[in-house]
Amino acid sequence: MTSTLTISRLTKRFGGVHALTDVSLTVAPGERVALLGHNGAGKSTLMKIILGLISPDGGEISVCGATPGDAEARERVAYLPENAAFHYALTGLEQITFYMRLRGVDPKGARDLLGRVGLGDAATRRIGTYSKGMRQRVGLAQALIGHPRLLVLDEPTSGLDPVSRRDFYELLDGLAAEGAAILLSSHALTEVEARTDRLLILSGGRMVAGGSLSDLRSEAALPVALHVTAINGYASELMEAFPNAIQTKEGLHLTCAQDDKLATLARISEMRGKVADLEVIPPSLEDIYSHFSRRDGQ
Amino acid sequence: MIARILATARIEANIARRNRWVLIAVLLMVVFSLVLSAAGSAPTGALGADRLSVVVASLTSLSVYLVPLVALLMSFDAIAGEVERGTLPLLLTYPVARWEVLAGKLLAHVAILIVALVAGYGSAALIAILNDTEAVAGLGALWRLTWTSVLLGATFLGIGYAVSALSRRASGAAGLAIGVWLGLVVLYDLGLLAAVVADDGGFFTTQVFPAALLANPADAFRLFNLSAAEASAAASGVAGAAGAIPQWQSLCSVVSWPFLALALAALTFRKVDA
Repeated sequence: MTSTLTISRLTKRFGGVHALTDVSLTVAPGERVALLGHNGAGKSTLMKIILGLISPDGGEISVCGATPGDAEARERVAYLPENAAFHYALTGLEQITFYMRLRGVDPKGARDLLGRVGLGDAATRRIGTYSKGMRQRVGLAQALIGHPRLLVLDEPTSGLDPVSRRDFYELLDGLAAEGAAILLSSHALTEVEARTDRLLILSGGRMVAGGSLSDLRSEAALPVALHVTAINGYASELMEAFPNAIQTKEGLHLTCAQDDKLATLARISEMRGKVADLEVIPPSLEDIYSHFSRRDGQ
Repeated sequence: MIARILATARIEANIARRNRWVLIAVLLMVVFSLVLSAAGSAPTGALGADRLSVVVASLTSLSVYLVPLVALLMSFDAIAGEVERGTLPLLLTYPVARWEVLAGKLLAHVAILIVALVAGYGSAALIAILNDTEAVAGLGALWRLTWTSVLLGATFLGIGYAVSALSRRASGAAGLAIGVWLGLVVLYDLGLLAAVVADDGGFFTTQVFPAALLANPADAFRLFNLSAAEASAAASGVAGAAGAIPQWQSLCSVVSWPFLALALAALTFRKVDA
């Protein structure tokens, strides 16, 4: 299947600062891709280039077969900016009606669209009276207008409460099922890992990792932590058996490489009579994320 | 294309209505027009002109100041406000061209200006005609004043958009707009008069001065209306001194300035980064 978004060897500099270096990625129709990175990692710059708001210094980029910013590309791409802002004097309904008209969509559906994002009751109130979460929903509603082929969402869930977040990802699932490609950025790996197909980690303007969560997990090869609680009195014997372990108040804390996990477990189970409890702690999502985003000396 | 321009015009009209700009513009024009027509109603007989023509002459002097001011007030926020609120990047990702955005805003603001002008001039004319039925003879002059006022307003709307795009902050744009108004409408004439007095009928007065008047949209507007009106005896010093300028020249200036100003606005808007 041809990709909706194809980027190869993209480079962008602002003065002497390398905002993006040699970034390549593709997003296929129906695919949900999360772009992760610290503040200043280059997420927003990459998104603005995809939208045609700024032009790259080098590399190639194709959006739905067109150049970013072309009328053709803009018709097929929807954008949700970080901290979506609108004119305070307009009502949500007026604002969405306006955006529908710009996309050549019949504005009769404006109220339904606002209802879909949970703003049905607030549709005729001024946006100036909305909370941050409600403004974010207006932003989401405008991104849904006219069946876009590619959605570029910059921190889409910031300001949303947990229930709204779940609703939001359900909306995304529906869009992806209809064949839309989705690229969204986030700070939090924990939030996007279950709701996206692929993760991309950007650090210091470079793409440092990409793939599904299990791909990233094995690539990072972070050690597994094991927590062993000794039966009263046997702690020192256990310490002798595992000299690398750290003794804590509750028991022993030891780490081992992924490949050694089973062997280590076998050794622990040999000492069955002295062990009260055993807990295996795999590297957390945040650990994996930090591993990749720190690798480039950030 | 038309649909996108109309959509932009509708949303801008909504914003202007909520921000009370429509009300402010209409009130300003009506109050000042009524005050002027009341103050200028005494000396009609001496001039041998009908009452409305005299009112139009007074309104011309008023509009030179007021129409540019109202236009700049409506336009200074047009682009700087979008940049400052952060609404511009999203708008520019929509399938709408920058010139279409400008055209939509212009359409809405010109419409508001027309409403204000018709309300202001209309009430002044109504009073003149009610007091003196012969005043209908001045309707031609009133019509000329109305359409040239719209062109003058469009010129300063364009200048306002350019100022707005240049400064990128609403507060900076407001200051710059007031500066432009003072410079083009007030100080320009004072400077020219001072130069004419100092020159005492030399090269400047005969060659440079008429060209300088035509180059300024507000002066060209005043020249055109006063030279067309029979009541030019009531003309101010500047227009009186330049009575020799043919009317077609001031007409050219009045008609071409809106296009110049809007081209300038489009050019500066293109330079604004999202």
